[in-house]
Amino acid sequence: MARVNKALFWSLFAAGGTLTAFVFPALAVVVLFTAYGHPPDIMAFEQIHGLLSNWLVKLAAFGTVALALWHAAHRMRTALHGIGLRADGLVAVVGYGIAALGTVLVAYYLLRI
Amino acid sequence: MAYVRPVSKTTWYLAKRSYTVHMVQELTSLFVAILAFILLWGIGAVAGGPESYQAFLDSMNSTGMLFVMWGVTVVMFYHAVAWFSVTPKAMPIQRGEEFVPGSLIAGGHYVVWVVLSVIILLLAGVF
Amino acid sequence: MSEIQLVLEILRYDPEKDQEPHFETYPVSCQDDWMVLDAINHVKDHVDTTISYRWSCHMAVCGSCGMMIDGDPKLACKAPVADYAGQTVRIEPLANFPIERDLVVVMDDFMEKLTRVKPYIIRKDEKPIEEGEYKQTPAELKKYKQFTLCINCLCCYAACPQYALIPEFIGPAALTMAHRYNQDSRDQGLAERQDVVATPEGAWECSFAGECSVVCPKHVDPAGALQQLKISTTVQWYKGLIGMGGK
Repeated sequence: MARVNKALFWSLFAAGGTLTAFVFPALAVVVLFTAYGHPPDIMAFEQIHGLLSNWLVKLAAFGTVALALWHAAHRMRTALHGIGLRADGLVAVVGYGIAALGTVLVAYYLLRI
Repeated sequence: MAYVRPVSKTTWYLAKRSYTVHMVQELTSLFVAILAFILLWGIGAVAGGPESYQAFLDSMNSTGMLFVMWGVTVVMFYHAVAWFSVTPKAMPIQRGEEFVPGSLIAGGHYVVWVVLSVIILLLAGVF
Repeated sequence: MSEIQLVLEILRYDPEKDQEPHFETYPVSCQDDWMVLDAINHVKDHVDTTISYRWSCHMAVCGSCGMMIDGDPKLACKAPVADYAGQTVRIEPLANFPIERDLVVVMDDFMEKLTRVKPYIIRKDEKPIEEGEYKQTPAELKKYKQFTLCINCLCCYAACPQYALIPEFIGPAALTMAHRYNQDSRDQGLAERQDVVATPEGAWECSFAGECSVVCPKHVDPAGALQQLKISTTVQWYKGLIGMGGK
């Protein structure tokens, strides 16, 4: 499993890392405002529903959430190995499994909007 | 008989500051995952209709969430800075016999980052 | 020429007598322009002739005198005693290698891995001698020149946390050699090297800690080479998926 697919997981990690570096700080700020109870205008249901109904936006949202999950799964795999968790095969299955689940879920939700 | 020195598999990164910094950078991915799951939750809430979405907004508006989001926001900024500082090494751009200086490549990333962030925040209505 | 006082705490290990290494202390009066290597040579010449260590050129080109100086892998001939004036300096053999004797490490693992990556020009089609030499522009040379500067001192292996934790890891210097030849316009062996490089113990074991480049005395930047190697390996893999595998 690990052999050739490492190229796949690594490229997802690299793409996800780059994408999240560019957009996650700003998105985090938007969510932070929401946590304060002052959600920015875009967070109103009509606005965000309208936004996510657009196919380009759906694609961007899917790509962002999915790549972020695959980035985290791969990097956490390395990190956990680095702090002594040796069961790499298990960590990989659980980590990538969660990323796969999240990928399917976000696609499902976006298709329902 | 050659002597093999033991290395701690669990605490090696504490031996040197640069090792610890590296481990911290790896762990930023945990916060990436947290934000990704919050976004996933929000998208799911939108898909569920106005009531489910309002419930999501209400859940977000709590002290616990506030702590989480402060942590996530700070770590995301750190992730971006750390990522842009190492990217130039991985992508050398050769023009003739010279290489584009790493600082220029990193600088270019920062410009794109600021522009994208301003666009996102403007569209969101943060300002 | 003034004097600098140092105390060297040198790791000693005699495989025929000792179960474990121990440290011995040697105060040294150094001249202010000495390197740590000069201090160690002084100890060997005048105090304790039984110390074993490797050194040769004393000008940072042979790569022999790599050792841990106060926990950092360095060339002893490139570490001024002035940096440690008045201190006790711990001298140990390069980390992550078995200790043969005193400051001498067993390098066999690296030698095997270096051979494994095929660090030589590989041609699919040899040019007969009559057709002349392989030509290369200055720009083509610049593409890989930096990676040719490696002197195999193994400081990068001593610094690499992945090599410390996973002995199978092929490691910075050897993988940089693979990348150096992949980038050489005269070489046609990228696809062949993939069998070695695109393995879990190859490029993928690197976690980009970057320590190797920090300690490299010749500024080869193995960390950069390894990330570039990951990218070229990934591109090669995707090409293989769509049937464009051979270089």
